[in-house]
Amino acid sequence: MAASHSTPGLIGAERQTPLWQNENVKAFALFMLSLSVFLLIWEIGAKSGWFVKGVPTATETIKEFWWWVTNPFYRNGPNDLGIGWNLLISLRRVAIGYIAASLVAVPLGILIGISPVAFKAFNPYVQLLKPISPLAWLPLGLYLLRDSEKTGVFIIFISSIWPTLINTTFGVANVNQDYLDVSKTLGASRLRTIWKVIIPAALPNIVSGLRISMGIAWLVIVAAEMLLGTGLGYFIWNEWNNLSIPNILVAIFIIGLTGLVLDSLFAALEKFVAFGRNS
Amino acid sequence: MSIAPVNAIDLANARSQTAQLSIRQVAKVFPGKKDLLSKLTGKTRRDFVAIQDINLDIKPNTFVSIIGPSGCGKSTLLNMIAGLSPITSGEILLNGAPIAGPGPDRGMVFQNYALMPWMTVEENLRFAVETVEPKISAKKRDRIIKEHIQLVGLAGAERKHPHELSGGMRQRVGIARALAINPQILLMDEPFGALDALTRAFLQEEVERIWEQQRKTVIMITHSIEEALLLSDRIVMMTRGPAARIDEILEVPFPRPRNRETIQQHPAYQSLKAEMESHLFRETRAVEAERVGG
Ligand SMILES: Nc1ncnc2c1ncn2[C@@H]1O[C@H](COP(=O)(O)OP(=O)(O)O)[C@@H](O)[C@H]1O
Ligand SMILES: [Mg+2]
Repeated sequence: MAASHSTPGLIGAERQTPLWQNENVKAFALFMLSLSVFLLIWEIGAKSGWFVKGVPTATETIKEFWWWVTNPFYRNGPNDLGIGWNLLISLRRVAIGYIAASLVAVPLGILIGISPVAFKAFNPYVQLLKPISPLAWLPLGLYLLRDSEKTGVFIIFISSIWPTLINTTFGVANVNQDYLDVSKTLGASRLRTIWKVIIPAALPNIVSGLRISMGIAWLVIVAAEMLLGTGLGYFIWNEWNNLSIPNILVAIFIIGLTGLVLDSLFAALEKFVAFGRNS
Repeated sequence: MSIAPVNAIDLANARSQTAQLSIRQVAKVFPGKKDLLSKLTGKTRRDFVAIQDINLDIKPNTFVSIIGPSGCGKSTLLNMIAGLSPITSGEILLNGAPIAGPGPDRGMVFQNYALMPWMTVEENLRFAVETVEPKISAKKRDRIIKEHIQLVGLAGAERKHPHELSGGMRQRVGIARALAINPQILLMDEPFGALDALTRAFLQEEVERIWEQQRKTVIMITHSIEEALLLSDRIVMMTRGPAARIDEILEVPFPRPRNRETIQQHPAYQSLKAEMESHLFRETRAVEAERVGG
């Protein structure tokens, strides 16, 4: 009897959950609170000289940020470009290097993954080249290509190839045996099996490889551009030479935001190709 | 087991005239590891004789179940019939010709359904149909797909992906896919093993209904005595491994169409059930005893 009474009561309670008890609302409140505390400490700290000299206040930085965001595309010579131009330059380099790397890494990974011989033959290269810091390639790139633009793209290429290659190889080499057995019992040709079974089965691994590669490409471009001519990395370096700390903070924030957007795109793609796997 | 007579070949020919599938003296040995590297690391493994001396003739349009203690080599035998696993010695003949590899004359239903997660129900069937008959007309293909989706009672779920279906529905897709290629023989490896008892009972009755319609030769591995009795014409009981053999073959005389209640009234039901129980119990107890002893 008690149970039969309490059930509708429970449902009612669930429906009428106060807004402040919802997990998302709580998380958002905590987020806003911590952000406010952070900005407040920053503001007070900068005003009362807790940090080193020249640290801008939060309000100054936010104003500066607003200015850059509202004037993204101005052009006063190569050392004074709007942040939008610099962002586009960086994105363009990343896009070229990354797409080229993916176009090599995915097919190569598939080839290596389906052939145990190729796997054994090429694995030493991959294992040797993978741990090298992307910036170690910079002098070599400059020497070989004699061009900072091409070198930037080359660095992105060389550093974003490995995660995609390794994940693709892994995915292709570890396709669920059941799928392969289905294909075999139907008498499917090798080509049809690769195209219709192995590649779709490995797609979640391929996409997560692409996601890691994208993250690395975006990390690396900023570092590489400090030594090249233009782009967000160069912008930061240039503002450091101008000792303009607010601009550096603005650029850091924009780099983070762009990385976040790129990563979310790939997260969505991962979800799209998962079809209930690993979720 | 017959003692090899002088006219063994004549006998074999006589048999294969009625037998659709003929398993002769088949054995499976999983090779051990005896190479130098394994010896150095002390990880050698002896050859493992999984099954030995298997002889079985299956007539067309019969439903045969294989039952035996777990790990005795039932899947190994079925995979050899499917052509997925090479035969160590002996031969398996399908319509008189030795099996050389997998092929669409045998349809396979897997315990874990083995549906392609990225394909819808319809696409899973289409993949099978188009693989087997690449030049099929779109009209004929779609008719076959539709028929088989209806046959297993999945109309309305055509555009769903496997992860949106229950286990029972997934296995219906598995069965529809295996039947859609119109195989001569349907092979099922514990098709309902991963399902809950109710779904399982329901699907067994569905398979009985479908079998009445199609009367295909079926070889099914099962752990369930009731399932074997409900569905089969013959029940092959295997001994424990290693070197598992066929212990006994039971003929199931119940008239068709069958259902759970009516077969239990049949005079032979209880004795068949008791015989299978005692066989399985004896073999399983021996397996456990060996495990404890060794
Ligand atoms: N690839 C393999 N290599 C070595 N041993 C195997 C292999 N596959 C199966 N076995 C062994 O063969 C025996 C029979 O396996 P299996 O046919 O799967 O049994 P069942 O299906 O009857 O439960 C088991 O003892 C198992 O360990
Ligand atoms: Mg098995």
